[in-house]
Amino acid sequence: MKIYLYTIKISLIFIFISFDLKALNDKDSNNILNMDAVYNRPLIKLDNQSIAIGGYVETNTQYSIKNGISEGFSFQAKRLTLFFSSTIAKQLKFLSEIEFESGGKEINIEFAALDLEFDPSINLRGGIFVNPIGAFNQNHDGPKWDFIDRPLSATKIIPSTLSNVGFGIYGKYFVSNWVLGYETYLSNGFDDKIIYNAENRTSLSAGKANSFKFEESFSGTPMFTGKIALRNRNYGEIGISYLKGVYNKWQNDGIILDKKRNVSIIALDFNTTLIENKLNINGEVAKVFVELQEGIAPQFGNEQVGFYSDIIYNIYKGRVLNWENAKISLGFRCEFVDFNVGEFYETKTKIFDEIWSITPTLSFRPVGSSVIKINYKYEINYDILGNLPKKIGSIQFGFSTYF
Amino acid sequence: MNNIKIYIIIYISFLFMIAVACESILPTAINDDELLDGPIEGLNNEQITQFSRGDFAFNNQIFTTESGLGPIFVSTSCGSCHFGDGKGTPENSIIRFGKLDSMGNPYQILGSPQLQYRSITGYSPEKLPINALFFKVVPPAITGLGYLALVSDSDIISMSDPDDKDNDGISGVVSWGVIPKYLNPNINSIQINGQYIFRFGKKATSYNLFHQTVKAYNQDIGIASQQEPIDVWSGHEIEPEISSQTVIDVHAYLNSLKAPIQRNQSDEEIINGKKIFVNIGCGGCHKETLKTGYSDIEVLSNKVFHPYTDLLLHNMGSDLDDGYTEGSAKTFEWRTPALWGLGLSPNSQGGKFYLMHDGRANSIEEAILMHGGEATLRKLNFQNLPSKDKNNLLKFLNSL
Ligand code: HEC
Ligand code: HEC
Repeated sequence: MKIYLYTIKISLIFIFISFDLKALNDKDSNNILNMDAVYNRPLIKLDNQSIAIGGYVETNTQYSIKNGISEGFSFQAKRLTLFFSSTIAKQLKFLSEIEFESGGKEINIEFAALDLEFDPSINLRGGIFVNPIGAFNQNHDGPKWDFIDRPLSATKIIPSTLSNVGFGIYGKYFVSNWVLGYETYLSNGFDDKIIYNAENRTSLSAGKANSFKFEESFSGTPMFTGKIALRNRNYGEIGISYLKGVYNKWQNDGIILDKKRNVSIIALDFNTTLIENKLNINGEVAKVFVELQEGIAPQFGNEQVGFYSDIIYNIYKGRVLNWENAKISLGFRCEFVDFNVGEFYETKTKIFDEIWSITPTLSFRPVGSSVIKINYKYEINYDILGNLPKKIGSIQFGFSTYF
Repeated sequence: MNNIKIYIIIYISFLFMIAVACESILPTAINDDELLDGPIEGLNNEQITQFSRGDFAFNNQIFTTESGLGPIFVSTSCGSCHFGDGKGTPENSIIRFGKLDSMGNPYQILGSPQLQYRSITGYSPEKLPINALFFKVVPPAITGLGYLALVSDSDIISMSDPDDKDNDGISGVVSWGVIPKYLNPNINSIQINGQYIFRFGKKATSYNLFHQTVKAYNQDIGIASQQEPIDVWSGHEIEPEISSQTVIDVHAYLNSLKAPIQRNQSDEEIINGKKIFVNIGCGGCHKETLKTGYSDIEVLSNKVFHPYTDLLLHNMGSDLDDGYTEGSAKTFEWRTPALWGLGLSPNSQGGKFYLMHDGRANSIEEAILMHGGEATLRKLNFQNLPSKDKNNLLKFLNSL
């Protein structure tokens, strides 16, 4: 019930403020926030139709060595995504995004929502959408990124792509050099696979896989997601977001089975472009809290944290072969996830279950919508006790393109 | 044209970087003697295939509510307690509790009540009753057990000396017990009054590795099998939650894990340390050399090996008496643990030592100083060693 009240309150505040502020031109690229990523994609309009289509594909090869032993060479067709958007009427849009993962083994509807715009500052959205938690989850298209793998913290801590069915309100305000965006949604959420999964650890990515989540809420209680993002046209964007929902089946037909147990995520994301658009720094920190049932800690953590930061420097821009506006960039990612923050009860030693990783990258963009990437990823994996870590080095070569 | 050059230069330098990286930053292999896990060398193709299936079931099969976990349990897979096949920490200990009867006789029921202190949602985990007698044991290393399983009953009996006839202060008793119906006695096994020799577990309460595997699935993970179909929570017989093939594969895995390899065997100090180990009488219980009988796994058949145990129960004194027991062991009796792999214990215990049955010793020296009962004299011998010899002995133990 609290969640409803929060949502209504927050929405009301924005509605009131909106009458005082005047919306500026929305189309300026400096006004684009992560929340706009779903519509900010190359789409092809079919002749005389209101429907536009597009998509992207991501594939790569990988050669890995784990503790000196070769894991071999493999080709990975990570994902193929199709978008359809249609402008049904003025200020009434529909967008859907369907993703085929791992060569079609998994087909997910990531987005299928109707947007109704009253004003740039007030829009209603209903359907299946990506929960606005962190920036990566909203803005995850392969061709936009200079690295082959998604950041660990954005797949294992915030389980991108996290999408759910629900509804909510969002909007943007523009004041001189500033853009402020807000989003608040209620949706279905996670299930108890957060704990009872085959990973043997607290895992939000296991808890999002519920195939019934588009039909009913596992816990019977809506999950709240909210985000506020602020962009300065000269410097960049920061966002703060929060998600909270019940993940266990606490009642069945009115019979109380258990306490309501919450999962929540708080995330901070940032993104800045400096030195005449040559240097881009972006990243995300996310913290997860899970209310566990008695006795299952410390194997299962009640707190997790993840972090990544990408630095990409454009070293060359201009003509390469026949491409007029090709770009070559060097980049570096450092990232960290801790699946289980805390101490063991018995031995009073630190609980590990951590991954540290660094990835240098070289990327080549013949055109803006396609990128060829070469990565070297070095990962150090600690088990829960912090025993001698597994070290994995992978050389990856891949491409990703909108089509 | 200039642009292409730049592109090519960058490309080449990146390739060069990768080439260098392959040499120096790709992770290098860990030496075999630093690793506990892995199969015995020389297994044939079928044996290796079965080993890998068992390895997968042991380490990667994580039980969930859907696959039958619990409803009450201690952990979710074998591997989450037996990390890298090495010793575990007090965090993964098993607690067994109950009461001795008024005559002071130990429990005769094998596999005494185990505390399942975790549960799936909607069930309450078991709590240790106040005033209940209990003991706590940490997971032992499980490597080389295939060799120990093949020591003949007659060899075990010949090492025992229940009445200390040789007057060396060390008795050593055999743990006798009744085997459950699903077990077939080993060939050449010795039976007295319907009882057989039990050799696995810290109180020697498991007959063989199959027995231990079936009990572990049932008691530690809450998984009913065809052999042990009673559900831990309800006490009723239920449908098996695991295939018999998996139990058989895990048994084969345990049987064919390699024996730990001693490191730096030619180091002077270590050679001296080994002499001291023998001279001060540690080998009275920690028997260096045993031999296997016939096995259908050829590489295990009729082999001499060095585990440093006699597989017998010993009186370890009042400090190691936890008041509760199981099987035929008395409360103060513990089965001599093998010392092979001892120095690698921290690799699976988060960089620290947790030795003795409940992990109470944080170093090898502490473990030795906790010896009492039949081992008191040997402990005194250790304490009276000149510090150089003491260090050599510890260095030797660390090389195991
Ligand atoms: C909750 C943690 C835990 C789990 C899960 C667990 N074990 Fe154990 N294991 C132990 C402990 C503690 C002992 C010592 C118990 C004893 O001696 O009575 C032990 C003992 C053993 C031994 C005897 C070793 C020896 O030297 O005598 C074997 C073999 C074994 N476990 C195999 C397994 C298998 C197979 C599984 C999975 C089916 C498993 N364990 C699951 C904690 C665990
Ligand atoms: C009377 C038999 C006996 C003698 C003699 C004996 N030990 Fe032990 N030892 C045991 C038993 C039984 C244990 C296990 C006790 C427990 O788990 O609480 C043990 C445990 C150990 C351990 C810890 C092993 C582990 O994995 O936790 C070490 C180290 C050890 N002994 C070394 C020695 C040394 C060195 C000597 C000679 C000074 C010695 N022992 C003499 C019976 C003996």
